[in-house]
Amino acid sequence: MSQQTVTRGEQAPPGSPPEPRPRRGDGVPHANNFSRGFLVKLVLVGVIDAIGVFGLLTAISQQSWGIAGFLALALVVTNYVYFSKRALPAKYLLPGLVFLLVYVIYTACYTGYVAFTNYGDGHNSTKDDAIEQILAQNEQRVEGSEAYPLTVVQQDGELGFAIVRDGEAVVGTAEQPLEPVEGATVDGGKVTAVPGWDVLGFADVAQQQAEVVALRVPVSDEAADGSIRTQDASTGYVYESILEYDPVADTMTNTQTGVVYTPNDHGSFVAEDGTALTPGWKVTVGFENFTKAFDDPRLRGPFVEIFVWTFVFAFFSVLLSFALGLFLAVVFNDPRVRARRLLRALLILPYAVPAFLSAIVWKGLLNSSFGWINQVLLGGADIGWLTDPTLAKLSVLGVNLWLGFPYMFIVCTGALQSIPTDVLESARMDGAGAWRTHRSIILPLLMVSVAPLLVASFAFNFNNFQLIYMLTGGGPNFVGTPIIIGHTDILISMVYSVAFESGLKQYGFASALSILIFLIVGVISWLGFRRARRLEEL
Amino acid sequence: MSLTEVRPEKAASTHLRRSGTTGGRWWREVSWRYLVALVMIVICVFPLLYAISASLKPGSTLTGTTHLFQEFSFDNYANLDERGFWQWLQNSLIVCTVTAIGTVLMGAAAAYAFSRFRFKGREKSLTGLLLAQMFPQTLAFVAIFLLLLSISDVFPSLGLDHLLGLICVYLGGALGVNTFLMYGFFNSVPRELDEAAKIDGATHAQIYWGIILRLVTPILAVVGLLSFISAFSDFLIAKVVLQHQENWTVAVGLYTLAADERTAPWGVFAAGAVVAAVPIVALFMALQKYIVGGLTAGSVKG
Repeated sequence: MSQQTVTRGEQAPPGSPPEPRPRRGDGVPHANNFSRGFLVKLVLVGVIDAIGVFGLLTAISQQSWGIAGFLALALVVTNYVYFSKRALPAKYLLPGLVFLLVYVIYTACYTGYVAFTNYGDGHNSTKDDAIEQILAQNEQRVEGSEAYPLTVVQQDGELGFAIVRDGEAVVGTAEQPLEPVEGATVDGGKVTAVPGWDVLGFADVAQQQAEVVALRVPVSDEAADGSIRTQDASTGYVYESILEYDPVADTMTNTQTGVVYTPNDHGSFVAEDGTALTPGWKVTVGFENFTKAFDDPRLRGPFVEIFVWTFVFAFFSVLLSFALGLFLAVVFNDPRVRARRLLRALLILPYAVPAFLSAIVWKGLLNSSFGWINQVLLGGADIGWLTDPTLAKLSVLGVNLWLGFPYMFIVCTGALQSIPTDVLESARMDGAGAWRTHRSIILPLLMVSVAPLLVASFAFNFNNFQLIYMLTGGGPNFVGTPIIIGHTDILISMVYSVAFESGLKQYGFASALSILIFLIVGVISWLGFRRARRLEEL
Repeated sequence: MSLTEVRPEKAASTHLRRSGTTGGRWWREVSWRYLVALVMIVICVFPLLYAISASLKPGSTLTGTTHLFQEFSFDNYANLDERGFWQWLQNSLIVCTVTAIGTVLMGAAAAYAFSRFRFKGREKSLTGLLLAQMFPQTLAFVAIFLLLLSISDVFPSLGLDHLLGLICVYLGGALGVNTFLMYGFFNSVPRELDEAAKIDGATHAQIYWGIILRLVTPILAVVGLLSFISAFSDFLIAKVVLQHQENWTVAVGLYTLAADERTAPWGVFAAGAVVAAVPIVALFMALQKYIVGGLTAGSVKG
């Protein structure tokens, strides 16, 4: 292994011996160490290789080409880095970089990609999958078709049907189309035993009635060939799709009504009268997700309110907690106040408790009918601290002040104490009063070290999902919006609602909002940090 | 993120003389500070006392908790078991411990590489790391969900609803602010030590494991505990990744327990909150000095 990397160029301390160094491995004592370290490395990389190869094979069999490609590349790079004598820094950087690449950089880029698609419920797969599902979902019993005496069978917990087709016993499950089986016992046109499968009796079937009735066993690999289904677990019928897909014209035709569905550019088959077949598939939709919040009249007003409120919330959270923290730091920075250590420890408590717990406790305290604030402090008042739109906003700010001022208090105390005393003394000698000293000397000096933290705190509060979700859940909710959002929702909690909690999951729209937040926070942080740095130069 | 450090110093405000404040002047200038202190302490401590009180009142929903410290019983603590709380706590401990260890190992290794090797693209990688922090993981939770969904097909145990999957997501943040914290600390270890060891024939691995890591143990402990606390406090990603009750972490579990205010077993929630908060608060208080240093260096506790 190369030894020369560490000291090179001007980084080498003066007087350090010149390169090259004696190479390792030419002395007997090191041989032992070498073999032990090498063995550990060999085992570790071997384990990783084994897992990687297993994953690679699984990914290929699942046709997850993206994952397969990544695993192949990762395996090659890992083995190169750890077994070559070069790439010394990479040996130390690789593990962290792999995680960073997958879980931070990839997810960030993927968010960017999804933002331009209509990914979500009803549009979550490829067109081929969508066609297959549409065909399967629109099946009806073929009129006058043959009735098959049917047996319900089970293997490893998976249900299947066994029937006799063209004098031959066939078995299939939801995943596996009907296939001939060897050695099945047939009695009177009905299968009575299949090797490797349990034949379910009446009681077993009754127990899983819903699953049996819902089970759909494809006749063949082609979705258009239809499937076998049963209503009574003893007779099966062939079901065929009433829709027919024409690959040449790329249309779906309803064979009963003759309605033709053509694909539109939003990933759905649509008839002329506008009815669409579900599911659709994933397509890119350009900037639609970014303008959606403004285009939909039911969403525009609430979205603007949430947008403004996010800024108000983040700004006032920082401002209030900074003001209170600074005030307390100044007040308690007087050496005449005793027991300051204990005082500080107590004042830090709200910050030390995990925020999600405090937020839930506050939710209980502020509850309008049973909460302590209304019941005891206000003697049985009925004030909707968390249910009135305006009060809820104030409550959120108040609770965030409680959660956030200790941090500002610690930071300001530290900054105050690091202000050189001679500066203050000279101010006093020049005749500056207490107020003047604070305003003209202490505050500007304090801002130098605190300003970057205020910017970081703004960025943090802009995305303070936890507090909003725990305390109000975004409520009180707006009425008549297509997604569930409320007066205290901030952008990030709106993203969550769009993605997971509004019935129809809209990953594309949610991702676009994420990107929007990222841009806002990025620009504000950049401007803020630049200003903060300028303070430093003063 | 700025790396400005603000540390409280003991020698404080010596410009204000201790002597000479007696009688009327004391009342005018100092007494009101105690009044402020009293008010603030009540505000800070009350919600916590309320939670403790609620946890000691047996069988209560939110309704019964308004009168503080009227009953003392450990029923709620005993009932934590049937709600599955201990399972959540165990999950949280597993997730946080593994995350902390992984973060320390990977972050320290990266900090070592940046601190001791001069390689092509070093400056760029450092800047890149800084830039990658601009897009916080919380913003990408939809993509994380979708990524884990597709990983589930290949490695089920790294996918949705698995603790290991969640741990991996957290480990994505291992090279981040922590690395910079450690990088600074590593730079303060004199290079002459590695030089001497190298002349004696030590390999880079021996220098790393045998010399450097032993000298930087304090920062390793701090980074480990910081990442432990932040993983413990995370709710959003844990909620997105973990779906079944037996896999939840404390944050997800306790939230769900208290979700419906009217029927929530408020006492049991409070008991769980106390159990979950006490070790974290103790850790925080013990490490106050370092955490403040780390916080001002840009890492933010959830």
